Amino acid sequence: MRAIVPASVAGVTFGAGLAMSDMVNPARVLGFLDIAGAWDPTLAFVMGAAVVASAIGYAFSKRLRAPLFGKSFFIPENRRLDSQLIGGAALFGIGWGLVGFCPGPAIAGLVYGMWEPWLFVAAMVAGMALQRVISAQRTGARMAKADA
Amino acid sequence: MLEPLSPAFAIGGGFLIGGAAALLLMLTGRIAGVSGMFATVARIADAGPPWKLAAAFIVGLPIGAALTSLLVRKPDIEVTSSVPLLIAAGLLVGFGTRLGNGCTSGHGVCGIGRLSPRSIAATLTFMAAAIATVFITRHVVGA
Repeated sequence: MRAIVPASVAGVTFGAGLAMSDMVNPARVLGFLDIAGAWDPTLAFVMGAAVVASAIGYAFSKRLRAPLFGKSFFIPENRRLDSQLIGGAALFGIGWGLVGFCPGPAIAGLVYGMWEPWLFVAAMVAGMALQRVISAQRTGARMAKADA
Repeated sequence: MLEPLSPAFAIGGGFLIGGAAALLLMLTGRIAGVSGMFATVARIADAGPPWKLAAAFIVGLPIGAALTSLLVRKPDIEVTSSVPLLIAAGLLVGFGTRLGNGCTSGHGVCGIGRLSPRSIAATLTFMAAAIATVFITRHVVGA
């Protein structure tokens, strides 16, 4: 698969950025989220620079007919705001605020020889699996109802 | 109390993160959403990129972090949370990112970069929820 090398390069670069900007440190992230305490602006600089760079990449990609190592672009086209999107984002935000880990930094942080990111990532897998089971059940129930 | 981080590291790191997302999109056509890629790697996603592509990206994250520690700067990592809190937070983050189809990378960095209304709404929501959670745990319950 031709896309493996570019995907690795992107992953390594992404992880390097998370480490360089201290986003792998939950205390740094919580410092940003704590607007009533000793506020730490770091995350705003990181996010601002990252959004600018990703926007430039998106603008370039629109001028390409296809990605350089792939057949087509996979960009979500759904524009509808629904309760799953907002509810999911709210649950994610609560979990993020409890500890200061979101998925990227927790996975990048697996390398520092600490047990905390491993425990967090294991719980995250469980949470993802649980969501999948519940959503499959709900879809099943909806289909059963439609059949009846 | 943490020492302030030099804005050069913050902005430089941010450009690396966004640059990586740009690179992934232009080269492979995929959105650099960590929660979705990770779910694909763990085989708990129903849709998403090819497994090998997702695995290559996800494995790159700790490698990039390790290289940065060796070559540029070693981040101080401070996790003060208890075991039950780490488990609860992990469950919420896993469940919420799948239900809401993305996290800080997919909705925050990539989605806002292409002005997706769903991603903007999701980012505002998780930011507000996280800020409220920190306020409650540090200044209401923890005060």
